Amino acid sequence: MNITEKILARASGRQRVVPDDIIFANVDKVMVHDVSGPGVIKVFDKLKKQGINVDKLWDPTKVWVAEDHFVPSADKLSAQNVVLLSNFTKNYGIEKHFKYGMGQYGICHTLSHEEALVLPGEVYVGGDSHTNTTGALGSFACGLGHTDVAYVLLNGKIWFKVPETLYFKLNGKLPEHVMAKDFILKIIGDISTEGGAYKTMQFGGSGINEMSVESRLTLCNMTTEAGAKNGIVEPDQKVIDYLVSRGAKNISLVNGDSDAEYEKIYEYEGSEMEPIVAKPFSPENISIVREAPSVELDKSYIGSCTGAKYEDLEAAAKILKGRKVKIRTEVLPASISIYKRAMENGLLKIFLDAGVTIGPPTCGACCGAHMGVLAKDEICISTTNRNFPGRMGHVESQTYLSSPLVAAASAVTGKITDPRDLN
Amino acid sequence: MKGNVIKYERDNIDTDVIIPGQYLKVHDYAELALHAMEGLDPDFHSKVKEGDFILSGRNFGCGSSREHAPIALSHSGIKAVLALSFARIFYRNAVDGAFLLPIEIEEDAYSDISEGDEIDVNIHTNEIKNITKNKIYKMKPFSEIIGKIIEAGGLFKYKPD
Repeated sequence: MNITEKILARASGRQRVVPDDIIFANVDKVMVHDVSGPGVIKVFDKLKKQGINVDKLWDPTKVWVAEDHFVPSADKLSAQNVVLLSNFTKNYGIEKHFKYGMGQYGICHTLSHEEALVLPGEVYVGGDSHTNTTGALGSFACGLGHTDVAYVLLNGKIWFKVPETLYFKLNGKLPEHVMAKDFILKIIGDISTEGGAYKTMQFGGSGINEMSVESRLTLCNMTTEAGAKNGIVEPDQKVIDYLVSRGAKNISLVNGDSDAEYEKIYEYEGSEMEPIVAKPFSPENISIVREAPSVELDKSYIGSCTGAKYEDLEAAAKILKGRKVKIRTEVLPASISIYKRAMENGLLKIFLDAGVTIGPPTCGACCGAHMGVLAKDEICISTTNRNFPGRMGHVESQTYLSSPLVAAASAVTGKITDPRDLN
Repeated sequence: MKGNVIKYERDNIDTDVIIPGQYLKVHDYAELALHAMEGLDPDFHSKVKEGDFILSGRNFGCGSSREHAPIALSHSGIKAVLALSFARIFYRNAVDGAFLLPIEIEEDAYSDISEGDEIDVNIHTNEIKNITKNKIYKMKPFSEIIGKIIEAGGLFKYKPD
C-alpha cells in the first residue's frame, strides 16, 4: 500500500484498502474557521430541530478553531460570526481557539504546521478546501463542507472512497529563483484543474527530499486546484525536526510500502523548471514568466496559506531589499508567529523601506472578501492559489498567480517579471 | 422530477462564481439564494424557478469547500445539477447535506439539451427524458454509498451497514 492507503487502512481498522473501497475513517483532528464554523452551527441547529442530539462533541480535544477569513472583522455580520464561533467553542469545551488580537492566530492551514497541530500518519479534516496543505507533514489531510464536518464533530468519523494516487517525481533540486509554487503551477498546467480530481497527489523524488517542509506545504496546498482529495509527501527527518521544534511529541511516521502502487507516475527534471504564472482565470492557464503577457499591473499581493509562510516572505525580501515597489504592494504574513520572525529577522523593515504595506494575517483579500479587494479592470499578481473570475474582488478584475519571488520582482517593475531579469 | 433547464455551456464553474466570497459570512439560506450564480449570471435569481435544473460541463463546483454553493442553488429552487463531471467537495456537500442531486451526464445530453428545455430526470431508471425534444439520455448511476445517502435523505439519516 502507498502512504495514503496505509493511513486510511489504519484509520478504518482494516488490514488493507485498495482504491475505490468505501470506508468510514476515524478522524484524528478536525478544524473549523470563521466561515465553516458558523456553517456547522447552522447544521447543528437544523439537526436539533430533527431531534438529533448535538449536546456534546465526540472529542473537543481533537478540534481546533481558527479566525482567519473575516478578521479583522470586516463588518457587523462578520463580527457577529466571530462571536458565534467564540460561544460555540466555549459551549463545547474546545480549548484550541486561535483568536484574532490574542497572540498567535492566523490562517488555519498555516496554524496547522506552525503550531504542530497535525502529526504524520493522522487523518485530519477541515472545513476548508485547502486543508490538503497539511498533507506535507505526511498526514491524510482533506477538506470537507459544513455537513460533513458537523458529522465528524459528533461522530469522530467520516466516509471516504479510497483514492487512486498520482505520483509526481521531481528529479534533482529546483534551480535558484524557481520555487515550489512554480513546480505545482507547472503540474496543474500539465494535468488540468480536473487532473487530480478525487485522487491523491503524492510528491517524491530527490527534488522533494531536498525541499524544505514549507515548500512541500505549498505543493500540497495547491493540489486542491487540481481537484485532488489530498496531497501528501512521505514524512522524513525534516518533518520530525520541524514539528519537534514546534513542540510536537510522540511522532510516529507512516510510510508507504516498497511495493506501493500508483495509478500513474509523472517525472520532472528539477533543472528544467522555470518561473511560472497562471493567467486569468484558472490555475491551469499557465505561462513561463518570460513569455507572459506584458500587462500593466495594479497590485502585487504576498499573502495567504499558499504564499505567506516565513520562507515566502524571505524570498520576497531577497528581491525587495534595497529596491522600491512601483505598484501597490501588500505583504500579509500568514500567522503571528511568522509575522514575529519576519520582524526579528529584519524582513519587515526591508518591506517597509521598499514601500510595501504590511497587513495582519487574514484570508480576506485572497477570497475577495475584504482587506484590499480589486476594483473593476484592476490586474493583480498574487502568491495566492486561485484566480477565478471575481476571486480577489470585482468580477472584471484579473489575477495572475505566481511565486513570492515573481510577485516581488513584478512589484518592482510593475510588469510580470522573472526575478532573474531584474537589474 | 420534471423541470426546465438553465444551461451554462462551459467547464469549471467554480464555487466563487456560484456564490462570491463576500457572501461567505452569510448563513441565512434565503439570503444566499438571492446571490446564487452572481459571479457568472447576475440574472439568475430573476429567471430561476422552483424545480429548475442547471446543465453544465466538466468539473462543476470546483474551488472552495463553501457549502454555501449547493445551499444557494437549492434554495433558489434548483433540484439537480446535471454536469459532465463534478468537483469532489461540491458533490459531497450536495449529497451529504441533501441539498440537490449532482447528476453526471454524457456528452449527448450535454450537447443536445438546450436552455429552457423541459426534462424529466429519473434516478431509478437512470434516464433523462427531454420532453421538449422527445429524446431520452442515459445518466451515470450513483455509486452504491451515494445512492444510499440520497435515499436516506442525507448523511445524518444514513445508517452505515
